Amino acid sequence: MRKKVDIVHNAAEFIAQDNIHETQHDKNLWNSRMKRDKVASEIPEWENLRDLASQIKEHTLSHLEQYLTQFAENAEKNGIIVHWAADGNEHNQIVLDIFQKNNVKRIIKSKSMLQEECGMTPFLETNGIDVLETDLGERIQQLSGERPSHIVVPAIHKTTQDVAELFAKNIGTDPNNDSPSDLTEAMRQNARPKFLEADAGMTGANFAIANTGTFVVCTNEGNADLTASIPRLHIASIGIEKILPTSDDLAVFIRLLSRSALGMAATQYTSHFTGPRKGCEMHIILVDNGRTKRLANDTFWPSLKCIRCGACMNTCPVYRRSGGLAYGATYSGPIGIVIDPTFDENKYSELPFHSSLCGSCSEICPVHINLAEQILEWRKVMIKHKQVPKIRTSLFHVADSVLGSPKIFRAAEKVAYYGLKYTPNALVYWNKINAYGQFHKMPDIQKETFNDWYLKHKKK
Amino acid sequence: MSSKNTILKAVHASSAKRVPIEHPEIPSFEIKNNNLLDTFKKNLAIAGAEWYEVSDVTEAKTIMAKKLPDAKIICSATKEWQGNKDLTKIHLPRELDDVDLGVIRAEFGVAEMGMVWLTDESLKINSLGFLSQHLAILLDPESITENMHTAYKKIDLNKHPYGNFMMGPSATADIGATLVHGAQGARTVTIFFLKR
Repeated sequence: MRKKVDIVHNAAEFIAQDNIHETQHDKNLWNSRMKRDKVASEIPEWENLRDLASQIKEHTLSHLEQYLTQFAENAEKNGIIVHWAADGNEHNQIVLDIFQKNNVKRIIKSKSMLQEECGMTPFLETNGIDVLETDLGERIQQLSGERPSHIVVPAIHKTTQDVAELFAKNIGTDPNNDSPSDLTEAMRQNARPKFLEADAGMTGANFAIANTGTFVVCTNEGNADLTASIPRLHIASIGIEKILPTSDDLAVFIRLLSRSALGMAATQYTSHFTGPRKGCEMHIILVDNGRTKRLANDTFWPSLKCIRCGACMNTCPVYRRSGGLAYGATYSGPIGIVIDPTFDENKYSELPFHSSLCGSCSEICPVHINLAEQILEWRKVMIKHKQVPKIRTSLFHVADSVLGSPKIFRAAEKVAYYGLKYTPNALVYWNKINAYGQFHKMPDIQKETFNDWYLKHKKK
Repeated sequence: MSSKNTILKAVHASSAKRVPIEHPEIPSFEIKNNNLLDTFKKNLAIAGAEWYEVSDVTEAKTIMAKKLPDAKIICSATKEWQGNKDLTKIHLPRELDDVDLGVIRAEFGVAEMGMVWLTDESLKINSLGFLSQHLAILLDPESITENMHTAYKKIDLNKHPYGNFMMGPSATADIGATLVHGAQGARTVTIFFLKR
């Protein structure tokens, strides 16, 4: 069994490293949230679009067999070779087989959370294939040996100085120059020759259109288009939940996606691939990797509506302060808490407790996924399946009896007052029993309780 | 059983458990008296592109020469604007790597977004749109549609293996959340309003 992710420890490390990272991270993501609010408010039908998007996704997921079949048939008619993969391993093997058959040594790829999920890059590298991430944020993460910390802005947890040091070490830039435009230019110069020499290109897909067999990729850098327009071989990995019936449905999602993500009208490039270029080869791999299991789950199937915009992460007060790497998983933030345990319940059993349940994620989700409710549902699963430390279950039992009986509650209030007053600080702030006290001063508990005050004033 | 059958069978079983949800009617959300050209120009600027109204190609060329005095290699996918690198002589997409200015005629524009629709037919060689350091795009000011709903009604995706809604220059905010233009694709995009 893999080691359980200690998210509290990881988050504490992110916060404690200095007084820059957490503050910057929080500020940058909250900025995205505010930009989203501004552009959303400029569209009178915004809420209408969210309702439509949610309904289209639910319709498609409840007729998925029909639409998946239709999509695959149409893509094949357009000259695309379609493969099906039950899990990450099968996906990776299909990719490798295509590469070996075509004598591919070097590939360029644009960002794909699905390929990330399948652990594709390390697999290909082990098999002697040189993989270049072309999205700037993903490239930064590749050079750092880290997974993406955010699904839209993968290196958002790094400061400009972090990137300056990383590029200095890897591509020979000046470590003292942390200008984002100079660093971006340096990577452009470094990546360009590799675009030209690549034997194959790989992309993911944001949407797949059933009635035309088209897949759609949204990027701001144009790296997916470079990836698809230079090498003669293009492979796209597509999760089976990405299907939409027609391009009329797509219109709704293009209007929502980038506005929800970064507060921009759309991504700079919305690219539609319906078939290979003349004389070239195009493959699609339709991947399950746990999606059918999720679809069969009566509680958690709505998470398949997700369009990976990252709005829930930008708005989450816990994510903004923890940093995405704290989740130790492909997906972080509220949507990560809901998806990750479906891959490994034990490894990710602490994630559902890393939330204030404030509900901001549910409020902002463009496709109305009930994220906060699902996080709460996962807590129930973890407690039921005994995935949480015994002490927490016992504490909940104690809380249940104390809060459930007015008599015991009143007695407990007095105990808390005298307890805090007479317990030595070394014990009160001992982190083994009081994680809260590590970063917070304990509240002053008054001798007079609300009940005392109420009874006294009621008499007057 | 093949993975295809396993997946489809599992999907079928899940659908059978759910209440089938109807597909909703999608309105086109058009606004009365929307000045499409003005809206388009406004959104184009937000996306980081520049625009000029010109009466002929010569005027557009003069503007570009002033904007990019160092641009030497010009490659055009249009009949009206002759470049100095012949697109018909290109064998491999990578041969467009040295292009300073790529010239394309867009099919139409989308006012809501400030984006233009390009296909493999408008690009001739797809990499022209992404390897060129800068882009000049010609657009008929009469060919502007209101929003994404009306835009997709105009397109038959099956007519073209490749199509792109391009909204402006290549952009990134991956370092320090600061917006930078010219990440991997074109550094600048200039739109010329010129009747077809």
